[in-house]
Amino acid sequence: MASEQPRKAVLQASESEGATAGGAHVGEGHGSAPRGMLRWLLTTNHKDIGTLYLIFSLSMLFIGGIMALVIRTELFQPGLQMVQPEFFNQMTTMHGLIMVFGAIMPAFTGLANWMIPLQIGAPDMALPRLNNFSFWLLPVAFLLLLSTLLMEGGGPNFGWTFYAPLSTTYAPPSTSFFIFSLHIAGISSILGAINIIATILNLRAPGMRLMDMPLFVWTWLITAFLLIAVMPVLAGAITMMLFDINLGTSYFNAAGGGDPVLFQHLFWFFGHPEVYIMILPAFGIVSAIVPTFSRKRLFGYASMVYATGSIAIMSFLVWAHHMFAVGLPLVAELFFMYTTMLIAVPTGVKVFNWIATMFRGSISFEPPMLFAIAFIVQFTIGGFSGLMLAIAPADFQYHDTYFVVAHFHYVLVPGALFAILAGAYYWLPKWTGFYPHEGLSKWHFWLSVIGVNLTFFPMHFSGLAGMPRRIPDYALQFADFNMLSSIGAFLFGISQLLFLVVIVKCARGGVRAPACAWEGAVDLEWSVPSPAPLHTFEIPPQTRDGQIIR
Amino acid sequence: MPSRDHAAQQQAVARTVRRTLLALVAMLGFAFALVPLYDVFCNLTGLNGKAASQARAAVAMEIDESRWVSVRFITQQGQGLPWTLEALDEQFRIHPGGQYSARFVFTNHADYPVRGRAVPSVSPAEGSLHLRKIMCFCFQEQTLAAGERRELPLVFQVDPDLPEGIRDLTLAYTLYPVTTPSSAGDDGAEHSAGGET
Repeated sequence: MASEQPRKAVLQASESEGATAGGAHVGEGHGSAPRGMLRWLLTTNHKDIGTLYLIFSLSMLFIGGIMALVIRTELFQPGLQMVQPEFFNQMTTMHGLIMVFGAIMPAFTGLANWMIPLQIGAPDMALPRLNNFSFWLLPVAFLLLLSTLLMEGGGPNFGWTFYAPLSTTYAPPSTSFFIFSLHIAGISSILGAINIIATILNLRAPGMRLMDMPLFVWTWLITAFLLIAVMPVLAGAITMMLFDINLGTSYFNAAGGGDPVLFQHLFWFFGHPEVYIMILPAFGIVSAIVPTFSRKRLFGYASMVYATGSIAIMSFLVWAHHMFAVGLPLVAELFFMYTTMLIAVPTGVKVFNWIATMFRGSISFEPPMLFAIAFIVQFTIGGFSGLMLAIAPADFQYHDTYFVVAHFHYVLVPGALFAILAGAYYWLPKWTGFYPHEGLSKWHFWLSVIGVNLTFFPMHFSGLAGMPRRIPDYALQFADFNMLSSIGAFLFGISQLLFLVVIVKCARGGVRAPACAWEGAVDLEWSVPSPAPLHTFEIPPQTRDGQIIR
Repeated sequence: MPSRDHAAQQQAVARTVRRTLLALVAMLGFAFALVPLYDVFCNLTGLNGKAASQARAAVAMEIDESRWVSVRFITQQGQGLPWTLEALDEQFRIHPGGQYSARFVFTNHADYPVRGRAVPSVSPAEGSLHLRKIMCFCFQEQTLAAGERRELPLVFQVDPDLPEGIRDLTLAYTLYPVTTPSSAGDDGAEHSAGGET
C-alpha cells in the first residue's frame, strides 16, 4: 500500500481502497474537483478546511508572536527606548486579541474539522458549505482587525479585555472597526460550533454511542455548547459598546445612568467560559496522546467525561474572580472565591487520570508524547498560580500585576499551545503520510520548553514584587526579571520557526507513515490510510466499543 | 435504504441546527436582558450602593439612642463640568431613626449656564438600603447660571434596622454634566464633556 501512495502530501481526489468499501462512491456531488486557488476558496471538504484553519492559525501565531517580541524588546531594559507608549498599548492589546481569537481558537477548530469526522466514522461535517463560510470569515475579520493599526488614531489600545469607558469614551476612532471584526470572528466561531454539535450528535458511525467516542470529540462537543452559550453575550456587550460610542447611549457611562462595572460583568460572563473553550480541546488532545504512547487505555474514561462536563457548567459560576478588586460586596467575593476553588477539583481529576494512565504503562517519548507530558506538568503549574489568584484577599495583591500574566501564559502557552503542537505532531502522519522529522521536532520541543519557562516563570516573581501589567516602562527593581523574560521570549519565538521547518519538510516527504502511525493508537482515524484520502468513511463503518468491527 | 437513511440524517441535522439556533437567540436575549436585570438585582439587594437615589418618605420612627452612626459626605468632581460641589456639613454623628439635614453648595465657575447632576453612591453597599433620603438635590438635574452659587439641603434618616456591624456610612456625590437631555436645551449638550459621553 505504501508504494501506491502519491509522493505529494497535498490530498488527491482519488479514492483508495480503505476508504470506500467495495468502491461505491456515495454522495458524488461535484464533477471534477477544482484545482489551485479556487479549490481552496470553494472547498467544502473537512480535511481541506481543517488545513486552512491550521495554516491561518499558524500565521496568526507568528503575527501575534512578533507583537509579543515588540513588547519584550521594550521591556528588555527599564526606560522607554523602542516604541511610544501609545503604540506599546496597541501591541499589548492586539497581541492578546490575535492570540486568543486568531491563533488558539482557530487552531482547535482546525483540529476539530480534520479529526472529528475521522474519529466518529463520518464522511464529513454535517454542514459542509457552512463550514467553508465559517473559515473564510476569519481572514476577513483579522484583515479588518490588523488594518486598524494603520487607521487614524491607531488600533485598539485598551487591552484585550477592552473595558468601558476606556474602550468607549476614551477610545480611538478605529474602535468601531475593532468591534465589527470581533462580530465577524464571533459569527465564525458560532457557526463552527453549530456544525460541530450537529456532526457529533447525528453523524456518528452505527454502534458508536456517546460514551464510546474519543475524548477529543467529547471535549469539542462540550466546548461547542460553551461557544453557543457565551459568544452571544460577547456579541451583546460589544454591540452595547458600539451604541455607546456611536449612538449616544449610556450602557456603561455613569453620567448617563449606566455602569462601567456592568461591562466587566458582561465581558467576564463571556470571558471565563472563553478560557475554558481554549483549554478543553487541549484536554481532549492530551487524552488521546497519553494512552497511545503509554500503550494503555485512558484511565477513568467516564470520570474524564463527567469532569469535563462539570468544568463547563461551573465555568458559568466563576466569572467575577476577574473582578475581585472592583468593589464587589463581600458576599459576592466569597461566592466567587469558593466556586473558583471548586473548579480545581474536576481539573485535578483529569490530571490524576492522565498520570494514572501512564502508571505502569509502556511509555515511549516521541515528540507528541513529549509535548503532552510537558503540558500536564506546566498546565498544572499554571493551575497552581490560578488557585493562588482564586483566594480573593490574596488577589488584592496579585490583581493587575505580572503574577496574573504569568498564570494565564502558563495555562495558554505551555498549556493550550503545547497541546496543539502535540496534536500536530501526533496527526501530521495522518495528514501528510510522513512522520515529522524526529530530530528537528525534539530540538523544537526542548528549545520551546526552555524558552517558555525562561519567559514566564520570572513573571511570577516580578508580579509578586509588585510590577503592574500593561506598562511600557517599569521601576528599576523589576529589571532583572524582565531581562530574563525578554531573552526567553526571543528564544521561544525563534524556536517556533523550527516548527515551521518541520511542517514544510513533512509535507514534502520523509519517513513514510502507515495507516496506524503510532503503536498503541486505537481511534478510528488510524484505520484509514496515511495520508488520509480526500474522502473517507463514505460508507459508515460498523463499530462496537469505539472500534471498527471487521 | 441509503437514501432514506440519508434523508433521516438530514432531518436530524436540521433539527439540531434549529435547536442550537434557538439557544443562540435565547443567549443573545439574555445578554441584553442582563442590562435591566443588573439594575433590578442591585435595587433589590442594594449591593451597588445605588439604592439611595430615590426619594423616600419621612417616617416617624423610634430614635435608637443606644447607638451612634457616623455619616460622612464626600464630593467628587466628574469630568468636564466647570462646577464644584462642597459639603458644608461634612460629618455627622447621629442616632438611627432621627431626621437630619446636611447643607451642600454648588458653584458654577464658568461664565455660561451649565446643567449637571450629582450622582450618589453609598458605602458600604449594604448600608445603602438603610439610608432614607427624604429630600435631596440629587433627585433632579440642576441648572446653574454663570457664576451662580447655590446652597441645597439633603434631608435624611438612617433606619434603626441598619445592621449592627455598620458604624460608618459614607455618601459620595459625583458631579456629571447632563448630556442626555431629559428636558430640551442646548446648554447641557454644548458644554458637556468632549466626545460622546
